[in-house]
This record gives sequence, structure tokens and C-alpha cells, in this order.
Amino acid sequence: MRKNNIDRREFLKTAGTAAMAVGGLGIVAGCKNSGAAASGSAVQSGVAGEMTYRTKQANGDKVSILGYGCMRWPMIKDENGREVVDQENVDRLIDYAIEHGVNYFDTAPVYLQGQSEAATGRSLKRYPRESYYIATKLSNFSNSSRENSIEMYRKSLENLQTEYLDYYLLHALGDGNGFRQRFVDNGMMDFLLEERKAGRIRNLGFSFHGTPQGFDEMMEYHDKYKWDFVQIQLNYVDWRHASGNNADAEYLQQELDKRNIPSVIMEPLLGGRLSKVPQYVADRLKERAPQSSVASWAFRFAGTHPGVLCVLSGMTYMEHLQDNVKTYSPLVPLTEDELAFLDETAEIMQKYPTIPCNDCKYCMPCPYGIDIPAILLHYNKCVNAGEVAASVNDEGYKKARRAYLVSYDRAVPKLRQASRCIGCNQCMSHCPQSINIPRELQKIDRYVENLKQDKL
Amino acid sequence: MLRKIRIILASVFFIGVTLLFLDFTGTIHAWLGWMAKVQFLPALLALNFGVVAILVVLTLLFGRVYCSVICPLGVMQDIISWIHGKTKKKNRFRFSYSPAKNWLRYSVLALFVIALVAGLHSLVALVAPYSAYGRIASNLLAPLYQWGNNFFAWIAERSESYAFYSTQVWIKSIATFAVAVVTFVVVAVLAWKNGRTWCNTICPVGSVLGLISKFSIFAPVIDTEKCRNCGLCGKQCKSACIDMKEHQIDYSRCVACMDCIETCKDGAIHYTRRKCLSECAKNDKPADSGRRAFVVSAAIATTAVAAKAQEMKVDGGLAEISGAQKPERQTRLVPAGSVSIRNFEQHCTACQLCVSVCPNQVLRPSTSLMNLMQPEMSYERGYCRPECTKCSDVCPAGAIRPVTVEEKSSIQIGHAVVCLDNCVVNVDEVSCGNCARHCPAGAIRMVRKDPDDPKSLRIPVVNEERCIGCGACENLCPARPFTAIHVEGHEVHKTI
Repeated sequence: MRKNNIDRREFLKTAGTAAMAVGGLGIVAGCKNSGAAASGSAVQSGVAGEMTYRTKQANGDKVSILGYGCMRWPMIKDENGREVVDQENVDRLIDYAIEHGVNYFDTAPVYLQGQSEAATGRSLKRYPRESYYIATKLSNFSNSSRENSIEMYRKSLENLQTEYLDYYLLHALGDGNGFRQRFVDNGMMDFLLEERKAGRIRNLGFSFHGTPQGFDEMMEYHDKYKWDFVQIQLNYVDWRHASGNNADAEYLQQELDKRNIPSVIMEPLLGGRLSKVPQYVADRLKERAPQSSVASWAFRFAGTHPGVLCVLSGMTYMEHLQDNVKTYSPLVPLTEDELAFLDETAEIMQKYPTIPCNDCKYCMPCPYGIDIPAILLHYNKCVNAGEVAASVNDEGYKKARRAYLVSYDRAVPKLRQASRCIGCNQCMSHCPQSINIPRELQKIDRYVENLKQDKL
Repeated sequence: MLRKIRIILASVFFIGVTLLFLDFTGTIHAWLGWMAKVQFLPALLALNFGVVAILVVLTLLFGRVYCSVICPLGVMQDIISWIHGKTKKKNRFRFSYSPAKNWLRYSVLALFVIALVAGLHSLVALVAPYSAYGRIASNLLAPLYQWGNNFFAWIAERSESYAFYSTQVWIKSIATFAVAVVTFVVVAVLAWKNGRTWCNTICPVGSVLGLISKFSIFAPVIDTEKCRNCGLCGKQCKSACIDMKEHQIDYSRCVACMDCIETCKDGAIHYTRRKCLSECAKNDKPADSGRRAFVVSAAIATTAVAAKAQEMKVDGGLAEISGAQKPERQTRLVPAGSVSIRNFEQHCTACQLCVSVCPNQVLRPSTSLMNLMQPEMSYERGYCRPECTKCSDVCPAGAIRPVTVEEKSSIQIGHAVVCLDNCVVNVDEVSCGNCARHCPAGAIRMVRKDPDDPKSLRIPVVNEERCIGCGACENLCPARPFTAIHVEGHEVHKTI
């Protein structure tokens, strides 16, 4: 057994190195023959200069514009078939990130089925504590009693193997009601303010998903609690075209700027939806910047706003990390022209009927075993590939039908498909994008049923 | 030349029929479905007298070419016997004449006819040659084929191709699987040692055709003037029916394979019009049929793993799921087109062709003793989908008569029964309605649990008159281990 482990470790190392080399050369290096190419590591990583940092005026924190979102660490199956964090790969990713100047790591007790904090903590422990900032959250959704909340806070410190937290967030607030219920009425705010005073919480803020009114309510509390920072969802689609009832990022950022509160950005890439764009959109972006990745546009957009302290990205793969490091070393802010271009792009994307799922998995696990994100992502993939037919008479209907049905079975096991959704609605309150999940699943199920019966 | 023609035709039939059992996509059945329909016993049970008449005339003209060309079990034995012959030259000439074991042949035939009339379906299915081969192909060959397919699907998935999709490989009935293994071993051992022993002692179709081929017009005939009594023809006759001493051939056992014609170096055997009929001496010798016991094993015990309780709601992960347990149905379910269970039982030869083609994993061989191996329906893995009529398209025996998609949508094969104690609306106190949402007949309605409360959760009720018994509700019901709704079969199917 032990020997096997070592063998696997060795193998992963080799494979990883290979992947790194391939990624470096294939995605970021550009032309081998380019006369301008520098020697050594710069060619391999494609990194042109130094990471851009933003300074937090209130306390002088010098934060890398690229923050590491620890919600999407690579997973492997252990001996019992359970999904566990692939710690060795996490170490390699964190090594690369720190080496290239990333110093902000954002996790939460609930991420990755509760494994993220410990995995991140284990990996960061190998570096001096003062060389990086840790952000984690109070995710007291299911049980918001004072005891359970404090227990969760202490557990975070323990999992992250640290005496203090640099950034601590009240996880996923949407309005004043939720805030009062989870943090005020139970006395948690008093507790947290004490902890802040004691220096065990260096910065206190919250992450937000909700309506403009909800945000206003939270901003009213600024006078009382002095939010040190706020985490918001910002990207070139949400800037003016936020999905559902969610507030536009433009509004959120304005409100924060007014009060001089720095923002930390989540979902700059919409869970990959702004890198896996429809082919037409990808062509459009590539035409404008043939050497840059589709994702780099989204990261430059998020970083361009001066009020932004840090842009989080949940990078599972080394190639993504390398690409983002490249984009931000240094950040080249978007010009007025480019901003207008992205605004147009966002409008084009509105025309594709994708479902705004960012694969955050907050809805999971579904008690009835449905693999919700897999079903929605598969649907989006087919929409973007133009493989969703509108009627039997469509040109290419037959091909689209087969493609959808075959790939659906591949993406989601039969017992976890949309046909199994009973519509109990337990997932809905968890979705930060306020997607009406049962309705979307039933829509997809009807589409599949029509394809099967050839009755579209 | 004649032998080559026989081998080519036999290969075409053998591969064709085998593919019928292997192709789970159902595409080749449109082209080759007739190959199953010309099989003797299925045609007889389907009351397909045209085909039976043609086969009788064929045998009367040319001898038992049916056994050498059309019957897949016969060709399978030839292949096994041929492989043994290839191992050593000596083995090719390992046969010798043995008198016919008529008492055995005809008592098996008599028993078979009695079983057929008396409705002992499992006994009929056990010895019927096409059924026996169907079992072997669908239980032993199909999994290999499917694994091969799944390997290609695995590759296709990694190269973004939709040319292959993976399919489920599972043992549909352990009893039938065991019977298939025993059948294969017995037939293969007999073929390996003695060629066509099975066909000339056990096979009821062989016996019937043998009675006819005794009087066949064309047959291999030994020219005694040319014969130099070398005995080679007798030593390689897999039917052991050439009596060298008497220069006689037992035409009731000769399967017209033409091997002897090719073997004879003196050109002393011709396939030609017969002038005189020969009779074979009767001889009682112990038969080497070792086919008796077959294992009837218990049903598969499915393990349901209980989901672990969680201290805090964390993100991601998948809830453990388990498949539903098979309910005990008071009346079994047979597909639309069966007309009635009685009609189905009378015609079905248990060849497993419908089981092989069912794309929804609904059909599987029965494990009940009276109908052992005859297919029945159950909905744990899928349900009888409205757009599918594959079983009725392929059935060669008239057990499942052809129906169109439109006809099927109004044939009532059973009706759904609700068990509210299992329903998640009651157990988990959540809203559901998945059965009603997926009922293609609109037979299930969700009604208020508490009629006085307009906001009450809703529970399913079945309008039995509209229900066709397709099993969508049962298959998609979330209740475990037993579903809250299941389908009971009907003795006689009716159109609603």
C-alpha cells in the first residue's frame, strides 16, 4: 500500500511537471522563435513582469491583485471511492502561486464538502505566516445559533492552523433580514467585533449576493460596524446585466467607492462561463487579442476598477493559474475602448439562453441524488456549442439530438439526471445566483423527453 | 464447391442471427430481423405457416440444409467441431459410424410435443435449438460485445465523438445465465467430441426435420463402383451417419454439410437425386447426454447503503443513491403486443431476442419455474418508453405481435398502484409529483392531502382507466427501497 502511494506520488510529480511544461509552452509562451522572448523561466511561464499589488489604505495591507479562491481545489478518489482533496497537487499550485507573488487565499468551512480549509491550511503552513493573507468565512447557514457559529469560527482557526485571520467574511448575505437573523440577534456581531479588537480578525467584511435594496440595507450598517471590505460578484456580464434579481456590479462597486470600502471580487469568470463562451464570442475576443486567452479579458476587466483590492479565481489547473498570473503580471488596465467592447460582448452573450450556473455547488448535495450543476453545465455547454435544437425541422436536428442525448448520459448518470428531480425546492434557497433550479431542471427534462420521442 | 456454398451461407446466417442478439442499438433488426423469423420453432409458434411450409419443402428437396445453414446452434457446433479438427489431422478424422439412437430422439421429441401442448414453457425453451442459441448469445456473447462497445465509447468520449455510447452490462437473470452456461458447455463438449450428437439425439427440430429428410429428393449418394472402401468419408462425418460397410447413409441424421463429398478422393460421393431409400438399423446404446440439473439461484441481493448524517450543510458532493427494489407483482407484466399473458406464454420460445434488444433494460428472463427464461418486464432500471416498439418488431414467434408507436400508446398492459406509506410526500414532507409529471397517459393526478387546506401538499392518485402500465411513474419514483407506486400486470391487454 505504502509503496503504491509513493509510486503514485512520483507519477503525479512527473505528470505534473509534464503538464506544467506543456501548459507553459502551449498556452502562454507564444512563439518560440520570437526575437523578443527572454530566456529561462520567463519564456516558460510567459510572465512578463511583476504581479500587480493593491494597497489597503486603512492598514497598509499589500494584496496581490490575483487572489486564490480555494473552492475548486483538484480532487481525487481515495481508497473508499470518496472524493478527497488532492493535497500534493494543491501544494504544487500554491507553490507556483506564492512564487509568482499571489498572497491572498480565500476559503470557507463549507467548501469542497468541508475539506477546503484544512487542505489550504496544510499547504500554507509551509510558508511564514506573515507572507500571505488568509480569508475565510462564517458559513452558519443551516444552524446560526451563537454556539454553533462560534464553534465554526474556532474550527476555522484550527483547520487553517493559525492564531488569526486576515480577512473574515459573513458568508453570503443578501439583505438586512438575513444579516440580523444570523449575526445580530444571536450576538455574533458583538463577538466578532471583540475578536477584531483583539486582532484575531484583522479585517471584517461580508460576501454579498442579492438585490440593490438588500445591499443598501447592508451599507446602512457600515456606520455602525465599519466594514473593512466587502466581497462582491463582478465581471463584464454582471456589470450591467446581472442575472435574476441580483444587483448589477456597477451599482455595488459605486456604493463601495462612495464609502471608500475596498472590494474583493468573486466570480470574475462566472465559474468558467466567461472562458467557455460561445464560439462566436470567443472568435470576437480572439480577433481583438489573438495572443490572449478568453479568460484574460474577464480578469483584466475585474482588475481595472481601482476600488478593487483583489480578484479571486478558483484555479483547479496549473494552466489556469499560469494564465492568470500572466494576465496580472502586471495588470494592463482596460482602455475606454476596450471597456465598451466588453460591454457589447456582454450584450451579445445575453442572447444565448444559458443558465447562470457558476458551478459553486452550494445547492449540493441534493437529498434526492440529483447532480444539479452537472446537468446545468452540460446544458450550457450544448447551448454554447449550438447543439440545442429548437424543432425537429431544424437543420442538423439529427446530429444535435444524438450529441445531446449521448453526451448527457456521459455527463450525468441516469439516476442523477433531471428526470429524477421531484421539485422539493430545497436547493433553491442555497443558489447565490437565485436560479429557479427545479424549473430549469424540469425544462431540461422536457427537452430531453422531446428529443427521445422525436417530438420537438 | 457445394461445401463452400454451404459454409458461406451458414456464415451469413450465423453472423446475422448473432448480430441480432448483440446489436443493442436495434439498427440491424430492420435489415436482418427476418433471419430470426425463418427459424423453425418460432415460425411454428407464430403460426407462420408460409415459413414452415417453405422449410418443409426445403428439407424434402435438399435434406437437412436447415440444420447446416439456418440453425445458429447447428453452425455453432460445426465451428467448435471444426476447431477440434484443426488441432491435429488425426482429430479431423475422429468420427465413426454409430447407429441412430431413435428411442432417445423420438422420446425427447414426444416429451417436447407434450410440454408444448401442456404449456411447460421452461422445458420447451430448454431444448429448442434457436432458444438455446439465443440464450448463449445474449448471456455469454453479448456482454463481451457490450464491453467492447463500452471500450470504444470510452475512447469516443475522450475524442469528443458521439459515434459510440456506452451501455449497461448486467446479468438479467442468474438462473437464465446459469442455464445458458450449462447449455453451452454441454453442447460444446458434445460438438468437440462427437460433432452433431446433440442435433441427432436431443434436438426436437432435428428429429422432425430428420423424419422429413429421410424422403429428401437430393442427397449425398455413394457410388459403390467408384468407392475403394478407404473409409475416410465415415471418419470425418460429424453426424456419424455414413455406414461404410453397407455403403449406406442415414439420411435422417445427415445434415447435408457436403464434407464427405469434398473428402472423397475417388469422387465416389455425389450430391444427386436419390433412387432408393435406405433405412438405418436400430441400435440401443447409452446416450451421452449429461443435461439434467440446472441451478436456480436466489435473487440478487441489492445492498442499500444508508446515507450518513452530516453535522453541517457543506457544499458539493453527491447524496448516496440506491436503486429501487423489485416489487412483487401479483400478475406479471408482458409487453404491449402480447395480447394476453396466455397468448404470450403459448408462443414464446424464450430465445431472448427481445431481452437483447430492449434499450431500456425493462425486459429480463423470468425466474419463476413455470415460465423460466420467458421474458417479463420490470421497471427498476428503466421503463417501457413511449417511442419504443423494438420487442414487438423483433419477436419471431408471435409472442409479441407488431404494434406501432401509436397503438402502443393506448394498449393497457397493466395499471399503477400507489402505496402512500412509501410516498416521499408523506415520509419526507416535501412536494413531489414526479410520477404525475412523467405519466405519458395523464393517468396520475396530484390531489390535496388535506382537502380542506388549499396549501396542502399533494399526493398522487391513479385513474386506472387511463393508465397503460408503462412504468414511468415506478421508475422515476424517488421512494426507497420500495417505490411508492408500482405497476401490476393485466392478464389480458386491452386498448383504451
